Parts: sequence; C-alpha cells; structure tokens
Amino acid sequence: MAVAPNPTPPAVAVSSTPGTPRVPVWPEVVDAIGLPVLALAGAVLLFGGFVWLGGVDPVETWVLLFQGAFGDAFSWQNTLQRAAPLMLTALCVALPQRAGLMVIGGEGALVLGGLACAALPLMMPLPAGAAGTALALLAAALMGAAWIALAGVLRQYRGVNETIGSLLMSYMAIGLFKHAVEGPLRDPASLNKPSTLPLPEGNLLGLLPGMEVHWGLVWGVVACVLSALWLFGSTHGFATRVVGGNARAARLVGLPSHRLIITACALGGACAGLAGGIEVAAVHTAANASLIVGLGYTGILVSFVARHNPVAIVPVAVLFGGFGSAGSLLQRRLDLPDASVMVLQGFAFVLILAAEAGRGKLSAWQQARVAQQTAGPVATAPHETSRMRLARERAERLATRLAEAARRHAA
Amino acid sequence: MTDSSMWTDVAVAVLGGAIRVGTPFLFVSLGECLTEKSGRINLGLEGVLVLSAMAGFAGSYLTGSPWLGVLLAGVAGAMLAMLHGLLCSLPRVNDIATGIALMLLGAGLAFYLGKPLIQPQAAQIPSLEWGLWSDSPQVQAALRINALFPIGVALAALMAWALSDTRWGLIVRMAGDSSDAARALGYSVNTVRVLATTVGGFIAGLGGASLSLYYPGSWNEGLSSGQGLIAVALVIFARWRPLACLGAALLFGGAGALGPALQSVGIGWGYHLFNAMPYALTLLILIWTCSPKRSLQGAPLELGVSR
Repeated sequence: MAVAPNPTPPAVAVSSTPGTPRVPVWPEVVDAIGLPVLALAGAVLLFGGFVWLGGVDPVETWVLLFQGAFGDAFSWQNTLQRAAPLMLTALCVALPQRAGLMVIGGEGALVLGGLACAALPLMMPLPAGAAGTALALLAAALMGAAWIALAGVLRQYRGVNETIGSLLMSYMAIGLFKHAVEGPLRDPASLNKPSTLPLPEGNLLGLLPGMEVHWGLVWGVVACVLSALWLFGSTHGFATRVVGGNARAARLVGLPSHRLIITACALGGACAGLAGGIEVAAVHTAANASLIVGLGYTGILVSFVARHNPVAIVPVAVLFGGFGSAGSLLQRRLDLPDASVMVLQGFAFVLILAAEAGRGKLSAWQQARVAQQTAGPVATAPHETSRMRLARERAERLATRLAEAARRHAA
Repeated sequence: MTDSSMWTDVAVAVLGGAIRVGTPFLFVSLGECLTEKSGRINLGLEGVLVLSAMAGFAGSYLTGSPWLGVLLAGVAGAMLAMLHGLLCSLPRVNDIATGIALMLLGAGLAFYLGKPLIQPQAAQIPSLEWGLWSDSPQVQAALRINALFPIGVALAALMAWALSDTRWGLIVRMAGDSSDAARALGYSVNTVRVLATTVGGFIAGLGGASLSLYYPGSWNEGLSSGQGLIAVALVIFARWRPLACLGAALLFGGAGALGPALQSVGIGWGYHLFNAMPYALTLLILIWTCSPKRSLQGAPLELGVSR
C-alpha cells in the first residue's frame, strides 16, 4: 500500500485564506460566563424588589447579603464550610447529567451516606485516627453510590424515569433514616433530638490548619477536579459523554451504554454520600435530623448554574454557600424569615433556565456579520430552513435504517 | 380491645383515610393529567401544592370564608403553573428542569410569605356527614367527607368527557400527541400548552387548599412532602385517564393513611417506614408498569417522560 505523504497544512494558510470566514469564539465565552452572571445579578435584584414589597430596605439587604457571605474572615469561613457539601451534591447531578440522566435524588444519597458513616463504628471497631475516618467516609460514599446507581439501573433496565424515581427514592431514604435514628440506632442519651451514637472523638474530621474550615472543603474541591479530569481527560469519561450526547450513536459504535450510565450514577452518588459522611464526621458528630436541610436540592441548583461543569461547580458552590451563610445574618438583622434564601435560590434557578434561551444569539449574530463581511450579503441561515429540515430528516431516517441493519447484522 | 376489632378499626380508618388523604392526590393528579395531555410534564406541581396551600390558608384566615381561600389557592396555583408554561415556551428550556426550579421557588415563596400563618387558625372547609346511617363512631369518622372530594370526582368525570368528546379536548390531545398536526391546523402549540398548564395549576391548587383547609387543616412547612411528585407518578399509573386518576388517588390515600391508622391503635413501630409507604408503592408501580422496550400505552406522544 502506497503511503501518500500527507503533510499537515500550515496553520497560517488556513487563517489567511480568503473566503473561509473565521467566526470568533468570544461569543461562546460570553454566553458561558456572561449569561449565568447576568441571571444571578437579576436574581439578586429581584430578591431586593421582593423584600422591598414587604417593607424591608433592599439596599440594606444587598449589603448584608454581601457582608454575610464574603464580608470578613468569619463570613468567608462560614461560606466555605457550607460550600463543601454543595460541591459534592452538585456532582451528584452533574456526573449523571453528562451521561444523559437527570438525577435529582442526591438528598437521599446524602442522608443515607451520613447514616452509613455514623453506623459503621457500631458494626466494627474503627482504627483510631485518620484511617478510621477514611473508612467511615468510604462507607458513606459506597452507600451513596449504591443508592444512586439503583436509580440508574431502574432507568436503564426497567425504563423508570430517573428524575421521578430518584426523587421518590430520596423520600424513602429520609423515611429509612428517621426510622433508624429514632429506632434501632438511637443513642438512649439523646433525649430531645434523636441521634445515633456520636463518632469516636479520634475519628472526627478535623479543621484545616489555620482556619475554622474542616477538611471537607478539600475533599469537595478534589472531587470536582478529579471529576473534570475523568470527564474531559480520560477515554472512559469521553465515552460517558458520547453516551450522554447521543445514546443511539454510542450504541452504534459499540459503547456499553448501560454500564457507562450506571457508573456515572454511582460516581455521582458516591459524591453525595461522601457529603453526608463529611457533614456527620465534621459538623454534627452523629447522624440526626440536622442532616436533612436540603443540601441535595441546593446541589441541583449549583450544578445547573455551573452548566454541569465540575470545575465551574467550585466557585458556584462557594457563591451559594455564601447565600446560605448570609441567610442567617438576614434573619438576625432584618428579621426576614429563614426561607428568604430559598426565595433567592428560586429566583436564581428560574432566571438561569430562562437565560438558556439567550444562548447562541450572540454567536449567530456574529456568524451572520462575519459571513457578510467576507462574502458580501449572502443568505445565512442561523435557523433551520424547511429544506434543511427535510435533508436532516432524510439523514436521520437513513441513520435509523443503518442502525437496524447493524443490529440485524450483529444478531 | 380485642385483636379482630383492632384490625377492623385499622381497616375502617384506612378506608376513611383513603378519601381524606387521597383528595389532594386527586386534584394534583387531575391537574398533572391535563398538563401532560398537552405534551408537557410539570414537576413544579409540588411547588404549586405548597404555595396554594399557603395561599388558601391565608385567604381563609383573612376573609373568614374557606371558599374564598379555595379560590385564592386555585389562582395562586394557576399563576405559578403559568410561569412554568411560559418559561417552557422559550427555546431550549427544558420542562423537567423548569419543574425542579419551580418546586424550589414555590416552596420558598410559600415558606417566606406563610411565616406569620403558622400559629393562627383559619375557617375550615365544611365536611359532609355521610356516615350518619351508622352508629359506629369509627364509621362516622371515616365517612366525614371533605366537601372538595365530590367536586374532585365531578371534575374527573368532566375532564374524561371533555378530553374525549369535545373540540377543546381534541385540541389539547393534538398538541400532546402531534405538535406538527396542531401547527398544520393553525393552532399555536405553545398557547395550548400554556393554557393547559395554567388550568392544571388551578386544579392542583384546589388540592393545596384541601391540605391546609381540611386535612391536616393547618399551615406548616412540612405540609406537603412529595405529594405533588407522587401525583406525577400517579398519572403514569393511571395511564393518563382522568377517571383512573380517581382510583389511583384513593389507593395512594389509603397507603398514606396506614401509618397514622396503625399509630392510633398503638402500633408505633416503624411509623416513619409506614409514612414512606406511598413513595415505595409509587416506585414499585413505576417499575411494574414501565418497560425499556416500548413507550407507555396511552402516553401522549410528545411527552418527554415516556421516552
């Protein structure tokens, strides 16, 4: 076989060739960062208007919102402390989402993870120190992984919608948790607030050196970075994203889509379970109702704002940790209800989704402009014309028939 | 108390509870049924339920008339559902994600605005005494029916007839089964869906009023925990048929009443487990009825959930 030399064309030639319009990438960057920032700013504005209707000074609210979140070292520590579990519960949404599943039952995995972490010392004596902590956290992660993987299994093998299924499962998890904490695992000494036995003193998760922030923050950031490396730097992660992008195409090229999807669910669940374990080992010392404060639900929002990008989850989780930390200040100073943070989050969520509609507007406009500059007025079609649609449908029919042929061939 | 009479009491309490607990399920599942028939799924009905429960309680508390409260609950539900409908009409906005957002927003608004309403009492929806023929106080208690329940039954029948036999019902079903056909006949699919979602939100709002103005009959932040979501699964179980929604709502009401009924005869063990029964039952039913091989029988074809 003759090997034809195929030199790569010099990059300069491509960019300087007249007639090949180069569309700049900055509109996409503006979309990716600008739209969420705009939506969040809108949510804060809207929240100001909302409290103003109730007779509260909006400017003071905004100032307190900032002070409570990022005003001084104390607020920063509070914010970071709250951000740690949010990073992990957000991963429980982001990782399955990359595989094409919308899992919103992270709360259940978190709660059961916390329970597993607290229950482990009752079943086996833990080695003292960090090894014991690691074992307890491992139990939490495994519990969470099994729980969310189950939602993935039900989806893949029984066709149960994973959004509804995982949410139902999280209510079941809360029922199981309450039953265990108030029944078989209850510490008889916990009178007013039923709890499990506290973790041994030596197995608690300590504070970072020089800060009032526990090690959970490091676990959260590391989990986000590892997830990003897995998704964007490994073949397995790439395969997962292919499955999430187009399940049929993935099957056609022979990817084991069931296994990939369920793995992504298990990884996400492991993160949420770990979040529960960390909350128990670092904050509450025992499993009790303080664990059920909706961290799993806020994680959904964090993941959406970060557009399900593990790296972006870190700053967004810090921001929402800040809102949570500011909430108690708003409650103390302005006598606002504790649900005010929920209202702010609700506004943010709605606006983030609405902002999605604006995506691509800028780059479509840019494309049209570039095309006009280089080739004069031509009919650019940012939207699908009827003829393009017919062609696309024909291609899709063809792809379906090809897929069928491949399946028959394989059988 | 003898053993057999204890179990009879539990059975009667569960039957009565089926109607008492099932009424909100009935309204929410009817609202969801209408929404899904038009081709969209509204997970935000959970938020609608909480917000409308608060609005209904506030309306009844401020005006003294429970029926004005019911009306206000319906309107509040319709407003939040309309927001869902309008958001989903934007390009690239996904109805499942919007539903999750409205769950959060609805609950947040309800908890915020409802803070001052946790203590006071409001005028309740009157009950219908259908059990006076019996001298057993248990039977009388079980057949003390929420006045909204017959309204819900009538609504189910009306919806079944309207969807199958009227022009409007056909338009809604067409938007849900083939948006191309609807567009070809000159109907705006988005308008049909926004209207169906809004009316669905109004109906679900009546369920919220039933929560805060009949059973449990007060406003607090733990009032609704997933009933709105169970209703979404109920609609799948009922195969998108309004009359089947009635049966499904009663079944789930009975399951939800089991925990309190057992506790009332002194069986406190596993209280939280029995409370989680409706969720487990819903999941089991989903596992049983769904299949990865085919889309669900009777499902609107444009619906994302039946993919």
